[in-house]
Amino acid sequence: MQDKEPITRALIIGAGIAGMQAALDIANSGYEVVLVDKLPSIGGRMAQLSETFPTLDCAQCILTPRTVEVGHHDRIKLVTYSEVEEVAGQVGDFRVRIRRHPAYVNWDACTGCGLCQEKCPKRVVSDFERGLGRRKAIYTLSPQAVPNRPVLDRESCLHFQGDRCRVCEKVCPVGAIDLEQEGNTIEERAGCIVMATGYDLYSMDRLGEYGHGDLANVIDGLAFERMLSASGPTAGKILRPSDGAEPKEVVFVQCAGSRDPELGVPYCSKICCMSTAKHAMLYKHRVPDGQAYVFYIDVRSAGKHYEEFVVRTVEENRTIYLRGKVSRVFEEGDKVAVWGVDTLSDRQVEISADLVVLATPMIPGGGTVQLAKMLGLHADEAGFLSEFDASMQPVETLRAGVFMAGACVGPKDIPETVAQASGAAAKVLSTFARWGKVAEGEAAARAEDL
Amino acid sequence: METSQLRIPYFPGCTLNTTAKGFDTSLRASAQALGVELVELPEWNCCGATFPLLADNILDLAGPASVLVAAREMGERLAVACTTCYNVLRRTNLAIQTDEDKRQKLNLFIEAQYEGDLQVLDFLQVLRDEVGFEKVARTVKRPLTGLKAAAYYGCMVLRPASEVAYDDPENPRALDDLLMALGAEPIEYAHKGECCGSYLAVVSAQAAAEMTYSILSSAQKNGAQLIATNCPLCQFNLDSQQAEIGRRHTGYQTIPVLYFSQLLGIALGLDADDFDWEKHSVDPRPVLELVEPR
Repeated sequence: MQDKEPITRALIIGAGIAGMQAALDIANSGYEVVLVDKLPSIGGRMAQLSETFPTLDCAQCILTPRTVEVGHHDRIKLVTYSEVEEVAGQVGDFRVRIRRHPAYVNWDACTGCGLCQEKCPKRVVSDFERGLGRRKAIYTLSPQAVPNRPVLDRESCLHFQGDRCRVCEKVCPVGAIDLEQEGNTIEERAGCIVMATGYDLYSMDRLGEYGHGDLANVIDGLAFERMLSASGPTAGKILRPSDGAEPKEVVFVQCAGSRDPELGVPYCSKICCMSTAKHAMLYKHRVPDGQAYVFYIDVRSAGKHYEEFVVRTVEENRTIYLRGKVSRVFEEGDKVAVWGVDTLSDRQVEISADLVVLATPMIPGGGTVQLAKMLGLHADEAGFLSEFDASMQPVETLRAGVFMAGACVGPKDIPETVAQASGAAAKVLSTFARWGKVAEGEAAARAEDL
Repeated sequence: METSQLRIPYFPGCTLNTTAKGFDTSLRASAQALGVELVELPEWNCCGATFPLLADNILDLAGPASVLVAAREMGERLAVACTTCYNVLRRTNLAIQTDEDKRQKLNLFIEAQYEGDLQVLDFLQVLRDEVGFEKVARTVKRPLTGLKAAAYYGCMVLRPASEVAYDDPENPRALDDLLMALGAEPIEYAHKGECCGSYLAVVSAQAAAEMTYSILSSAQKNGAQLIATNCPLCQFNLDSQQAEIGRRHTGYQTIPVLYFSQLLGIALGLDADDFDWEKHSVDPRPVLELVEPR
């Protein structure tokens, strides 16, 4: 134990649903939290989802109360558009250096009116919309962004590319645009750290047999989520990216890269059976005269009310489930040809589809491995963080005072992520409580000495 | 004419001495025109024709291993034209490099001390990496302008990818890029690496005809006037199955299937009389007349 009293303040890396849940649990117990995210606003992957399985809750509707609570919480300090650069110290007193990227907007002055975004003349493809939509060079991730403050993307901004454009600066009613702003680093101190860096999807570029990510009408599950989302690029309409037509035959390919040690990742990505069933169901809700096909190895619907959900997709929504792998996906005219096999009827299947959705595997969120190295944590071959003990200490890392939650530990869905985040928060809180007891004991001992 | 002469040992394989004679003659002539001296191994035997998949079948590696030993005596690289030979020789070489047990037993059996320190290259790979398609393009005298060609790779240079591929197995480019260098227009189609049926014709003429039909019709649907391939067995299947396809699919229009080296030779302005056109079931010459004369 260090000489000084340990700091009962937590730092959480990643402000997705895991990081937010842990932050709220800790802050609502009376302790301060610093919540860091590299994106401009919080909410993580869940902010991109349309509806959640198996209840079909609107993701944005159940997420927004959390983002707003985090955003307004007295004991949560939000540090977005920032990345952890260095961690020194140890449990009880971590000193964390954080690099804040320049937003070119003075967030304290900004009121979030959105005029700069509206008037910005430069449109670019949006990562948040998974390439299906566009944003301005000065932007927020979504209309519900917390904090509702824009950032200016220097790579796309006309001003920074040598043009005389200063439109955002001219229109801002409060003079918040600061084109001379520079990034800076800050140092935060914390007694415990929670890793909640989430997931990315395995890149379609690496799936040659499914078109290398080059085919317009072959998209991944997150892109389909954006398409389904009422606040997404198509306002919730299912439209083929190539020409905006409504797709009448949609093929969903499960295990597109997972459970494939040869060409992809060896592990099961766990959520795709359910998210695919949800996609097929929601597709039928939007396009009642359309037909959905699902290729699967086997359907893993272990979870409360999960199997019933899949059965609904099959029986009520008339989705055709084909047990077998897809060997090739390629463009043929304005259609996408899908070659697969149905191992139950022992026949090769060819489907001329309008749209193909690949359930690509979850991989650890960008930066997870580097952060793990920086913190001295262990990760497995895939880069997911390793538990102190996979059975009995699943949210503890090998480093004292560093906990973890969510998809950076392994593929998992929202309910499991939230539960694990509360578990990690409980570990932080019990650590703080123990320090409190020790401090009380020492105080009592000192009192006796007097 | 060419100052930078590339000298490289060459293994033609049996097919290029028999059914694929035109592959051999056009390839040698083209190589010479590009400043590549192919030095045929003075003595060589069969490559083995198939790579044995049983882990303990070491005896079948003796044939290809002998070829590799002979090649190593001549240099550090070996150019192979036939894709089947390339596949077998390359995998045998890799086995010798990486499997100590196989290496020891083979060396004892063929009385050699061979370590696998040889680069086994497909001739197309030599063209791409050693000569360079840019240089090929510069040397072209009779560009194949306006000719729409479908590059067909078969499987032998693509699979197993970790052992033999020098290109993306799902979306190979080497042959397409060469065709482009020759001034032709490579068409895009999905069947570049789909199986031609291989030896299936021996068992089921029907199955083989349908497999080749799907490749040929896909190429034609996408505008191809001819198929360019690097594999003798694929060339044979795609070319000779067309009579059977014609019987099974009314209205089927034939399409010539050439070795890429035949197109290369023509584009380099060489005399194509000994390119063995008579062996082609579908005569390529009418299509080639579309190319502007020298």
